[in-house]
Amino acid sequence: MAPHPPPIESRSAPGELTLVLRGNLDRATVAGLWGKALGLVEGQQQSGVLRVDCRAVTFCDSAGIALLVKLRRLQKAKGGSFVLDGLAAHLHELLALYHEDEMPEPPVEEKPHGLAPAEVGRASWLVWDASRALVAFTGELAVEFLAVARRPALLRWPDTFTAAEKAGVNALPIVILISFLVGLIMAFQGAIPMRQFGAEIYVANLIGLSVIRELGPLMTAIILAGRTGSAFAAELGTMRVNEEIDALATMGLPPVRFLVLPRVLGAVMVTPFLVVFADLVGVLGGSIVLLAMKYPFITYLQQVQSAVDYADLLGGLGKSVVFGLLVAGVGCFHGLRTKTGASAVGDAATRAVVSSIILITVADGIFSVLFYYLGI
Amino acid sequence: MEREDKKNIIEVEHFTAAYGGTVLLDDLSFGVGEGEIFVILGGSGCGKSTLMKHMIGLYQPAAGRILINGRDVARAGGAERTEILRSIGVMYQSGALFGSLTVLENVRLPLEEFTDLPKDAMDLLALMKLELVGLAHAARLMPSEISGGMRKRAAIARALALDPRIIFLDEPSAGLDPITSAELDELILTLNRSLGITFVIVSHELASIFAVAQRVIMLDKAVKKIVATGSPAKLRDESPVPFVRQFFSRTAAACPQPGDGP
Repeated sequence: MAPHPPPIESRSAPGELTLVLRGNLDRATVAGLWGKALGLVEGQQQSGVLRVDCRAVTFCDSAGIALLVKLRRLQKAKGGSFVLDGLAAHLHELLALYHEDEMPEPPVEEKPHGLAPAEVGRASWLVWDASRALVAFTGELAVEFLAVARRPALLRWPDTFTAAEKAGVNALPIVILISFLVGLIMAFQGAIPMRQFGAEIYVANLIGLSVIRELGPLMTAIILAGRTGSAFAAELGTMRVNEEIDALATMGLPPVRFLVLPRVLGAVMVTPFLVVFADLVGVLGGSIVLLAMKYPFITYLQQVQSAVDYADLLGGLGKSVVFGLLVAGVGCFHGLRTKTGASAVGDAATRAVVSSIILITVADGIFSVLFYYLGI
Repeated sequence: MEREDKKNIIEVEHFTAAYGGTVLLDDLSFGVGEGEIFVILGGSGCGKSTLMKHMIGLYQPAAGRILINGRDVARAGGAERTEILRSIGVMYQSGALFGSLTVLENVRLPLEEFTDLPKDAMDLLALMKLELVGLAHAARLMPSEISGGMRKRAAIARALALDPRIIFLDEPSAGLDPITSAELDELILTLNRSLGITFVIVSHELASIFAVAQRVIMLDKAVKKIVATGSPAKLRDESPVPFVRQFFSRTAAACPQPGDGP
């Protein structure tokens, strides 16, 4: 049996290179032929004539046509002439469809320039722009809040209660679970070294103070940022992408009053309740460790009561109101600032969560200093 | 022009579509000939897009089957399903270009995923597809930077990337101005004539249907069935069904009447 003829063959004569193409010129074969064919043409010293013989081509798809176009462009760039032999009439028609002469070169992909001053300038401008927008948003939120305080009928109460339900009641299981585990783990880790000094009962003081003053409000706020802040950003972001927010504005309904205020008020209303649950369950979680060490529950409870006073509880609840405001406000702010495109909503949700967590931490630091000076 | 004699590339056999317990389309049977421009017509909410989504294998029929090149698209799995899907191109109503990629990268994506071509070959091929739809100059732009009509044309270029034999178009004229819409019609006719591509078009834009359609089926929401089949002119002039005549007469002003010039 005769060997299968190669799909590409070159014949050189003075001033002329002939490429003979055979068989199918489809995506699969062109992938193998491309580099070889281009290499042969580029390796030709004198430009002269490039003759492509297609008489033995049995099938040609658009990848085959692309190869012919590329060979012709390459040869023309070298200043030579190009002859196409034996291409079937319908393939000539196909070739003509692509208006090869008018077609530009494929764009060169530009790598973004990483010039330091430009990057610093761009980043600074973005921070400045976001800060101005945040100030404007805060002002608008305050104005709308005052308007609603004067005329409560202006607020969309059903939306407010729905937001409260979603941010509060629906978040309760996860808040309880996390607080219980944090209380339990902290008590366990604290009890091991304290037992060496016979001071394990003071685990109750540790848990009582740290959960009620710090961890209860902080954990709740972080859970709220992950659950509710991101949901607000995604919800408002999708509305922005779908032009629903523009529709509201053109109907004369301020988006901040209509969409943001119910969500913010809803979230702020429920955050202290969530924190009360988090405190309670965190303290209960800590009790498990002392119960396992044969201390009666009442002893643990009395020890907690002796360590914690109402100022600690109220300080924690006061902080939680601010945390709730920050999480819901920042979530809505990033939702309203969503740009267009599929990734924009995801970006808004991510920004909402990251900014909320940073702001919560900063606010918690400020509260710590403030409480210290106030003697709380 | 009827193409009943041609071999059918798509066969829809006793097809029923249902969501939950609600039947949307009931026992439809029809075929689409190879190289035909076939239009699914009907009022809003009659199930045109639902029918198309079943034809491209996104949903399972409640009963019956849909064959593309003799193979059941909804029940095919794995490699067979991929092979069927690679033989079809789809343009969604909004274009559905990927917003994070340039126009050229959108068209190049199927080539990157399904071929071993070198990068410069893929770039050139993608650019050629864009030139085919008159968008080579917009290759480096992002989808958000081009108009709705350009997005639809870019989506057609992407649908053409793997040289499909069938292209499905969902409402190609919706939201376009008459001139852009006419350009799109011209593009469909050119691709059909030059490359022999079969088109299945979901539409209710009568002007566009008269310009391109070789055969039309008309769905009616009330009976959930095909109420008329034939060329657009035949449906307008000869249909015995009052709903069909009413549908055509409501927008008669937008359609060329017999004897009108080009």
